[in-house]
Amino acid sequence: MVRFIAKRTVGLVVILFCVVTITFFLVHLMPGGPFDRERKLPEHIEKQLLAKYKLDGPIFEQYAGYLSDLLHGDLRLSTKYRSRSVNEILADSLPVSGLLGGIAFCVATIGGVFLGSLAAANQQTWIDRTAMLSALFAVSLPSFVIGPVLVLVFAIDWPVLPVGGWGTFRSLILPSITLAAPYTAYIARLTRSSMLEVLTQDYIRTARAKGLSNSSVLYKHALRVAILPVVSFLGPLAANLLTGSIVVESIFSIPGTGGFFVNSVLNRDGFLLAGVVIVYCSLLVVFNLVVDLLYGLLDHRISLYD
Amino acid sequence: MTDARSPWVKLRRNPAVVLSAGILFAAALAAIFGPSLLPASAGEVTRNSFLPPSNQHFFGTDLNGRDLLYRVLLGARISILVGVTGALISFAVGIVYGMVAGYVGGQADSIMMRLVDTLYAIPRLIFLLVLITALDPLLRHAMATHGLQGLIGYSKIFILILCLGLTEWLTMARIVRGQILSLKSQQFVLAARSIGQSHLKIIFQHLLPNLIGLAVVYLTLTVPAVILDESFLSFLGVGVQAPLASWGLLLSDAAQVINPIKGYWWLLVFPVIAMSLTLLALNFLGDGLRDALDPRQRK
Repeated sequence: MVRFIAKRTVGLVVILFCVVTITFFLVHLMPGGPFDRERKLPEHIEKQLLAKYKLDGPIFEQYAGYLSDLLHGDLRLSTKYRSRSVNEILADSLPVSGLLGGIAFCVATIGGVFLGSLAAANQQTWIDRTAMLSALFAVSLPSFVIGPVLVLVFAIDWPVLPVGGWGTFRSLILPSITLAAPYTAYIARLTRSSMLEVLTQDYIRTARAKGLSNSSVLYKHALRVAILPVVSFLGPLAANLLTGSIVVESIFSIPGTGGFFVNSVLNRDGFLLAGVVIVYCSLLVVFNLVVDLLYGLLDHRISLYD
Repeated sequence: MTDARSPWVKLRRNPAVVLSAGILFAAALAAIFGPSLLPASAGEVTRNSFLPPSNQHFFGTDLNGRDLLYRVLLGARISILVGVTGALISFAVGIVYGMVAGYVGGQADSIMMRLVDTLYAIPRLIFLLVLITALDPLLRHAMATHGLQGLIGYSKIFILILCLGLTEWLTMARIVRGQILSLKSQQFVLAARSIGQSHLKIIFQHLLPNLIGLAVVYLTLTVPAVILDESFLSFLGVGVQAPLASWGLLLSDAAQVINPIKGYWWLLVFPVIAMSLTLLALNFLGDGLRDALDPRQRK
């Protein structure tokens, strides 16, 4: 087990190195620079700016310098949000996105598995049809539709919840529902189809033949295996949710990380972009590792360590 | 056999599928002919901002006094165009990639599939944004220097189709490869090989017909995914730009002017209805096709 984790940690470093390299050179390939404005800057000022942000000199020297800064934990300065370092920006915004994403993660996982197994247990009844129809709605509608509609209904027409903002528990409700809705629906669909497949297997028939109660068969025997495809989806899900969603954050004016994802590309803010990508990839790899460990715990037929 | 009916009969007896097909047919007709049926002035900027729905403007007007019905129909045209062609590109790339990986097998297969895994790990949004911002100026420049000035306004649409098509094929490639791997070991392929048929003949005569059904099912499910992605990019302001329209752009415009004091509900409601009806119909159709054609999913 220790060897397995060590091996994956080495893998994490390799993946991060590849991703940082790809991002660094992609940013250089993009047309336009970080200091392009309507009026061109005087040459000596631009030169000084480039020097301050360590963007001068041959590209491979820049790359080597950046890598060594990264190894010292310095994500460098943002070229757009002047005089703020990428470390500071991420330290301010990640906890916000993390809290919202964490709530949405729990809602999506618990709600999705519950709805999916409920639908599978009551296959071809109205419960099944209602659950799957609403799941299809939630999968088909983008969050920038669900969000404004929720605002229109619960904050404007029937003002029980705040329109947006950050800081109170009540202001968390609408954004986390908006963020969780499509994933809840996806997990519900995944759980249902995998549950239906598991329910046809021999060991379920054996369990029923032993005279176990219906709920014991469903939730103790079937769900344990049926949940595996859901578990493997949880890694990417966590990475996605915890790094924030620009749509949900802009609709509800939440000071999270999501906006930096998009704006750093549009502003040619290479170091901020790289910082966000590093966080995303680390989360992805770490959560995939957690998922693999969970897999071994849930299904003893899967061995990780050979 | 629990179900001896042919997939086609099964499809026609599924009311959700029939209804979805009808909705999609109507949406396609409206998108193709709708904008030309309205008076030519409908798309022009006027002073009549934010008129509520009336007999003159069935869907009301937007911030710039343009008829919203016209904008929604134009949006349908562009969103559906981007969705269908983008999905077709991903279909072609995914099938070729998956077939090569699955058929050649061995070392080539594992390298090709590791590449797919790596591409899965890069956040798609960033990939798309970088591709779009890098390629758009190039295409504009190429159009300007090759006497295609008239098309410059549409360069964003070409870029969107290309970029979405080129980032959406990963799942298709995985599905096709899996299918090829299981088909390859079956007896009829072995028989074809033993009588000395060429690789090309085996691929086109034996393998392709057996996997195309499944691939088409996933094509139907890719179209709504691409439409969603396009609307997302337009919502962020890197997609289609006015005076053109897409559903994402209309929704982004609506989200910007709606607030508690001014409830211009029609700006949100009509694009939402158009878009969600189309997406729901596509997903229903895809699910129905999958249930009817994909034997592994058959319950």
